[in-house]
Amino acid sequence: MTTQYHSQILQVLSAHAELNQDVATIGVDDDLFAAGMSSRATVGVMLGLESTFDIEFPDAMLRRDVFESIRAIGLALDTIKS
Amino acid sequence: MRLPNSQIAIDARLAEIERIGKDIARINADDVDKNGRFPVESITALKLAGIFAAPIPVLYGGSGADPMELARGCWILGQHCSATASVVAMHHTQILSVIHHAKNNLNLQEYLCKVAKENRLIASVTSEVGPGGDMRSSSCAVDVQNDTYQLTKKATTVSYGSYADDLMITARKNNDAASSDQVLVIAQKGQFQLLDIGVWDTLGMRGTCSPPATVVAQGAAWQVIPTPFAEIATYTMVPTSHIFWSAWWFGLATDAVSKARELFRAKGRSNPGVTPMGAHRIADLNAELQKMEYEVFGLAREYAEALATDNIQKLASLSFSLRINTLKLNSSRSVVAIASEALAICGVQAYKNNGPFSLGRHLRDAHSAAMMVHNDRIQLTNASLLMVHKG
Repeated sequence: MTTQYHSQILQVLSAHAELNQDVATIGVDDDLFAAGMSSRATVGVMLGLESTFDIEFPDAMLRRDVFESIRAIGLALDTIKS
Repeated sequence: MRLPNSQIAIDARLAEIERIGKDIARINADDVDKNGRFPVESITALKLAGIFAAPIPVLYGGSGADPMELARGCWILGQHCSATASVVAMHHTQILSVIHHAKNNLNLQEYLCKVAKENRLIASVTSEVGPGGDMRSSSCAVDVQNDTYQLTKKATTVSYGSYADDLMITARKNNDAASSDQVLVIAQKGQFQLLDIGVWDTLGMRGTCSPPATVVAQGAAWQVIPTPFAEIATYTMVPTSHIFWSAWWFGLATDAVSKARELFRAKGRSNPGVTPMGAHRIADLNAELQKMEYEVFGLAREYAEALATDNIQKLASLSFSLRINTLKLNSSRSVVAIASEALAICGVQAYKNNGPFSLGRHLRDAHSAAMMVHNDRIQLTNASLLMVHKG
């Protein structure tokens, strides 16, 4: 994945994902849902990403797998930005 | 040879459900309600008729009934006895939760064969002291060691737990898992005990016998379904429970409207040429029932078609979640509104507890709809979805 978004994604996760461990310890491929992110928290993460990156997630990308890891989020951002 | 999922076979199964509803469930409904007892007569008859095995694929010994047919069955039973209809609705939801996630899993496929062969009745244990009614959050955790699992859960309600063959229990995946990182665990008769069983003395739905209880279960490791519960909930448990509950509520509403129409016709006959009081109300009531019918079976058809075409994208989409949640909000409100209006039209004949037009039980049962997964919770979920969904 492109790493340019990495630190900003971490900030959004830190603010909204409600993980049960420090965001800094999460690997790019770790399952965020397994780390405690609930469906409700996912909404906060998505809104946080939209605000941070000034984008809108199209409905077709509002799927669980799009938010399951830092890498998946990065790839989604790549897709939207392009 | 008559294929199990041919139209003739479907019609025959629905006719059998109608017969059981009319001849058995309806006759016992008042006693079931009054004494808060399980509708054992109708559930036994449905077992013997193979209705609990109906959703299971033909390959595993069932009939391969699709969600449209299952919803119609819940509607039919809902016209006669809410307790019976709700048990069937909940069983179908549970067994579909296994069926949809048993691909490439021989143990689960064998289990489905067993359920079909023995017409086993399955109950669910999703509520819990702490998380309450939030199905997507667990406090208890399943402990898998080698080939066996152990699990203890303090549930706030266990519907017909004492009468079920098997239980489906939600729990955290392991002791370190987050509250939302859940699995669905099967416990078969002989593998679980219900302890500290509380009291179920409620306004309505008295025959479902759903007291609080502590469930202590242990079984084989394969009984912890590998698919994450988040997926089972999205693809199966949430849509099917809302569709089958709504179909049962539509049945309850149908019966309330039938009573109002019958009394209205009787009034018309007693004074020919004069339109009876309540004429406008009965026309509107009929219109409300029609709206409910279209929404319930429209969503049931949409879901059945998505399953038949393996349209996972659709089932996982926010717009479908919104529509399914909205079905539950609408139908849980409609059933109360329709039963209340039928009472107003029938007047004292329906207000009495001891006549053919009595609607007391209907009304009390109808009020459970708003809290079977509380509407307040569903509204919050939909509000969140609407915050992100562009539509």
